[in-house]
Amino acid sequence: MLRYIARLGIISTLQMLAITILAFTVIHLAPGEPIVLQQDLQARATGAQRESLRQLFELDKPLYVQYWRWVNRLARLDLGRSFSPDGRPVWDKIRERIPITLSLNLAEICLIYLLAVPLGVFAAVRRHSFFDRLTTVFVFIGFATPDFWLALLLMILFGIQLGWLPISGLRSLNWEYLGLAAQVRDVASHLVLPIFIGAFGGLAGLSRFMRGSLLEVIRQDYIRTAQAKGLPEHVVLYKHALRNAILPIVTLLGLSLPGLIGGSVIVETIFAIPGMGQLAVQSVFARDYPVVMGLLAIGSGLTLLGNRLADVCYGIVDPRIRVARRSE
Amino acid sequence: MIQRPPSVGVAAVWHQLKKNRLALAGGAVVILLGVVAIAAPLLSPYDPAAYDVKRILDPPTREHPLGTDQIGRDVLSRMLYGARVSLVVGFVAVGIAIMIVTAVGVVAGYYGGVADSIIMLGVVDVMLTFPRFFLLLAVIAMLQPSIFVIMAVIGLTGWMGVARLVRAEVLSLKERDFVVSARALGAGDFSLMFKHILPNALVPVLVSAVLGVAGAVLTEAGLSFLGLGVQPPAPTWGNILTDGKANIEIAWWLSVFPGMAILITVLSYNLFGEGLRDALDPRLRQ
Amino acid sequence: MAALLSLGACGRGESTAEPATGEGGPAFGDTLVEAAIGDISGLIPNITSDSASHDIGNLIYSNLIRTDKSLRLEGELAERWEISRDELTITFHLRKGVKWHDGEELTAHDVDFTYRYMIDPKTPTAYAEPFRQVRRAEVVDRYTYRVTYEKPYAPALLSWGIWILPRHILEATWQAGVDLRTTRQNRHPVGTGPYLFREWRTGEKIVLEANPDYFEGRPYLNRVVYRIIPDQSTIFLELKARNIDRAGLTPIQYRRQTDYSAFRSAFNRYRYLANGYAYLGFNLLDPRFADKRVRQAMAYAIDKHEIIEGVLLGLGQAAAGPYKPGTWWYHPDVKPYPFDPARAKALLAEAGWKPTQRDGILERDGKPFSFTLRTNQGNLVRQQTAEIIQRRLGAVGIDVKIHIVEWAAFINTFIRKRDFEALILGWGLGNDPDQYDLWHSSKTGPDELNHISYKNPRVDELLEAGRRTFEEARRKAIYGELQEIMAEEQPVVFLYVPETLPVVSSRVRGIEPAPAGISYNFIKWYVPANLQRYTR
Repeated sequence: MLRYIARLGIISTLQMLAITILAFTVIHLAPGEPIVLQQDLQARATGAQRESLRQLFELDKPLYVQYWRWVNRLARLDLGRSFSPDGRPVWDKIRERIPITLSLNLAEICLIYLLAVPLGVFAAVRRHSFFDRLTTVFVFIGFATPDFWLALLLMILFGIQLGWLPISGLRSLNWEYLGLAAQVRDVASHLVLPIFIGAFGGLAGLSRFMRGSLLEVIRQDYIRTAQAKGLPEHVVLYKHALRNAILPIVTLLGLSLPGLIGGSVIVETIFAIPGMGQLAVQSVFARDYPVVMGLLAIGSGLTLLGNRLADVCYGIVDPRIRVARRSE
Repeated sequence: MIQRPPSVGVAAVWHQLKKNRLALAGGAVVILLGVVAIAAPLLSPYDPAAYDVKRILDPPTREHPLGTDQIGRDVLSRMLYGARVSLVVGFVAVGIAIMIVTAVGVVAGYYGGVADSIIMLGVVDVMLTFPRFFLLLAVIAMLQPSIFVIMAVIGLTGWMGVARLVRAEVLSLKERDFVVSARALGAGDFSLMFKHILPNALVPVLVSAVLGVAGAVLTEAGLSFLGLGVQPPAPTWGNILTDGKANIEIAWWLSVFPGMAILITVLSYNLFGEGLRDALDPRLRQ
Repeated sequence: MAALLSLGACGRGESTAEPATGEGGPAFGDTLVEAAIGDISGLIPNITSDSASHDIGNLIYSNLIRTDKSLRLEGELAERWEISRDELTITFHLRKGVKWHDGEELTAHDVDFTYRYMIDPKTPTAYAEPFRQVRRAEVVDRYTYRVTYEKPYAPALLSWGIWILPRHILEATWQAGVDLRTTRQNRHPVGTGPYLFREWRTGEKIVLEANPDYFEGRPYLNRVVYRIIPDQSTIFLELKARNIDRAGLTPIQYRRQTDYSAFRSAFNRYRYLANGYAYLGFNLLDPRFADKRVRQAMAYAIDKHEIIEGVLLGLGQAAAGPYKPGTWWYHPDVKPYPFDPARAKALLAEAGWKPTQRDGILERDGKPFSFTLRTNQGNLVRQQTAEIIQRRLGAVGIDVKIHIVEWAAFINTFIRKRDFEALILGWGLGNDPDQYDLWHSSKTGPDELNHISYKNPRVDELLEAGRRTFEEARRKAIYGELQEIMAEEQPVVFLYVPETLPVVSSRVRGIEPAPAGISYNFIKWYVPANLQRYTR
C-alpha cells in the first residue's frame, strides 16, 4: 500500500511541475512582453507596477530562470500581487473565492449523482423502451441547452414573472440581519437556479455512462448464472449487477473534478456569484497575469489533489488496482 | 492463414442503427443541417449584413420569417450563415482534435512502457486537470479571438478523453492475431500502427468526433457570451444569441431561434453519435 | 484639464425629464441600491480609472472645487478662491470645520499631501498631468493653500476637482515607500464626503452610510449599496424586478423595453445629452488618410442621421466637432457634414481615387481603397455603427473590413502601438474646453492620447493659447476658431453625441435634471417616509 502511495506521490509531483510549466506558458503566449496593461487609454504603466512585474517574472533573466523562481514562490503560496489597482496578494483573492465555487459545484455534482444514477439504471433495465428514449432525450436536451440562455429564461420566469426566486447574487442585502436559519434559506434560494442549471447540463454524461456500464455488467456471465439460479430480478439487479457497475462511476467522479474548480465560469458570471470562475473571467479581461497564473496553477493543483485522493481511496477499496498498477 | 482483421461491415452497422429511431432522427437532422449550411447563400432571402433602420427588432413576419435584429438585419439569413460558421468551428476543431488523438493514442497504446506513461500521465492527465473553459478563455484572450484561434484552441483542449479510449483499444488490438502475424511478416512499427491497428481503433474516434462537433458548437456559444467567441459582424448562433439577450423580453425571436438551433443541433449530433456508438460496439450485437 | 477618459458616455447636459408626483416631505432614511458591472478596483479613486470607483469615490471623498447644476465652477472644500492678476497664482481658502470621517479636521496640509502624491512619478495615477504644471505649491496657513503655475493654466481650477486624501492617515506610510494600494485606506477609506464607508464584500457589494457630520448637511438617503453584477442583462432583469433602484438604459431598452405602465410607475426615466461623442478616427500617418479630401469625402459619405435613428433610436445628436452642444464654448455655427454621397465621390476622384470596372471599388496607382475598421468588443452601439459605416463607404467605392477587438488587446496592440488604419471610439469630455492632450502635435508618443497623430500648427497655437488665459470671452473665440478648423479638416469624422438614459426608482424625490445631469444634488435626494422600502 505504501509503495502505491509513494508512486502516486512521485507522479503527482511531476504532474504538478508540468501544470506549472503549462500555466507559465499560457501567460507568455501574449504577443509582446506581459507588461502591465491598464484599462485606461491615458494611464501608463508606472514605475511601481513595472517593479512588481519585474519582481514576479524577473523579466531580464532567461525564461527557465523566470519559471524556476516562480515555481519556488508558488510552493510557498506566494503568487505575487494582483495587477489590478487593489494590489492585493493573489492568494488572498483566490482563497476567499474557493469555498463559494467549491460549494456550488459540490452541490451540483451531488444533484447530478442523485438523479443520474437512477435514471441510468432504469434506462438500462428498460433498454429501448419508451422510458429509455424519454430519458435519453431529456438528458441530452439538458446537455444541449446553452447555459446562459437557459439561465436568462429561468431568471425571467422564476425571478420576475413568478417572483419565487431571487434573480442573482449569493445572498440578500439584509443577510447580515437575518437569523441563522433564515440565512441558510436565503443562500439556498439564491443558489437554486445556478445549481439546477449546472446539474441539468451534467446529467447527460453520467446517466449515459451509468446506463452503459450497467448494460455491460448485465451481459456478464455471472449475472446469467444468478438469473439461471432463479433469483428474483431485483436481487440480481441490486445485489450483483449494480455493485459492479458503480465502480467505474467513481472513476468518473475523478474526471468531474476539474469541473469542481473551474466549471462554473458562465453560471457565476450571469448569476453574479463571487466565485473563482468570476474572478477568472475578470482577470483574463484585465490581463491580471498573476491572478490568471495563480488560478490555473491552484485550480489544476486542487484537481490533482482530488484525483490522487480518489486514487488512494480506490486503492484501499479495490486491491486489484494496486496490483494492476504495479504491473503496468 | 493470415487472419483478416474483424471488419465492421457497413451493412451490419446500418442494420443496427436502423433499430434506434432516435439515432436515425438525429442523423437526419445532422445531414439536413449540413445541407442547409452549405446551401446558405442560396437559401438566404437577404444579405446577412444588410441592415434596415426602419425595421429594427421586427417580430417574425412573412417578409422576415424569423424577425429582424437591432439594426434591422434579417435573422433567418444570419442564422443560415451562422450555421456555416458554427459548424465549421465544430468540424475544424474536431479535425484538429482527431489528428492529435490518433497520433497520441496510437503511439501511447502501441509502444507502451515509458512512452506510454509519459504521454498518458504526463500530457493527458495534466491537460485533464486544467479547468478547460478557463484555459480556453485565457488562451483566446491572449491571442485574440479570431476564428482560427478559437478552432485551434477548442481542438487542442478537447482531445484527451478520446485519447484514453483509443489507447485502450490499441492496447487490446496490439495482441490480436492479425497484428501479430503482420509483425511476423516484417511489417514495421509505423505500418503496423497506422495501417493495421488504427483503422480498427477508429470506432471511439468516430463517435467522439460526432459528439465533439456538438460540444464545440456549445463551447463557441459560451465563449460568445463572455465576448471571446467569433466576433461580429460574422454571424454565429452564439453571437446572435448573446447580442439578443439584452432585449430578450421584447425580442424573443433573437433568443429563441438561435437557442433552439443550438439545442437541436447539439441534441441531434448527440443522439446520432450515441446511436453510432451502440451500433458499432461489437459486444452489443450479440 | 486633460479630458477624463472613459468609454464614451458620462452624463451631463440638457435634460427632458419625466418627473412623478409624490407625497410627503423630505425625510431621512431608506437605501438606494445601485449596480456596478465590475468589482471596483480600489477606494483611492486618484489611482483607479474605472467609473464605478469614481462614483463611489465622489460620495466618500470631497474635492476643492466642483461644477454646479449649470456646469459652472463652485467651491466644495474651498469656500472661495482668488486668481492673481498675472493669472499665475491661485489661492484657495478652505472651509473651516470640515471633519474627516475619523474626526480629524481637514486642513491645507491634506491638500498639499494630495498634490505631492499626485505628482510623484511612482504614483499609478492617470490624472497627474495638470498638477505637473504647478511650479510651486505652499501651505500658507491652516486653511489657505496657494499654487503657482509656470504659465497661466485655465483648466487648473477644474483640475482641483481631485479627491483630497487624508494626510494624517497616509503620509507616513507613503514616505516610507509603501504602495498606497496595499494600505487599509484602499479597502476601508476615510474621507470627508457625504457618505461613510461601511463594508466591501469583494465581488458582492459595497455599502456606504450617510455621514451625519457632513459639512453640507446630512444626506437624506441613509445608505447607498452597490451590488456587483457582471452581466448587463442580469442588471436589467434586477431593475425590472425592482431589486435595484438605479441603472442606465441602452437606447433599445429605453424605447422598447421600459415603455409599459408597470415600469413607468415604478421608475422615472431621464434623458440628457452625454458629455462625450463618438468618432471615426484615422491613422493620419497613413498617406491615404493624410489627404484632407479623403476624410471630408468620408464625412459626406456617412449618413449620421441614419446612425442616430438606427443605432441610437433617435436618442442623440449629430456631432459637428469635439465639443458638446450647449456648453459656453460650443460654436453653434459649425454644422455637421450633411449626407452627400455624390460630393463624396467627387472629392475622392479629386484625390486620385478612380472607380474601376471590377466591383466598383476605387483604385489609385493600381491599389484598391480598402482598409480595416476596428472598434472594441462589448459595445453594441459602436459595432452597429461600424456596420452602417461599412455599408455607406462601400456605396462610394471604399472597401471596409470590420474587426472587433477585445478591449485590452485593442488598447495595447492597436492604439498604443499606433498599429491601426481606422477605428471607432469615443471620448468622454470634462467640463473645460481644453483638449490639448488630444490634438496637440507633441502628444503623439506611444502612451499619449493623440493616437491619430494629428499635426496642425495653427491648432497647436490655439490649443496653447486656450489654456493660457482665464478670460472666458477670449477662450470662447479661440475654441470657436478651433472648431472651425476641425470642421474643415475633419481629422476624424465626428459622428454623434449620444444621450445618457438613467432611470431611478420613482419613490426617490428631489431629482432635478439640469445641464449637469441628475447626480449633482445627490445629497438632496430623499424618499418620503411612507414610501421607504429598506428600513434598516
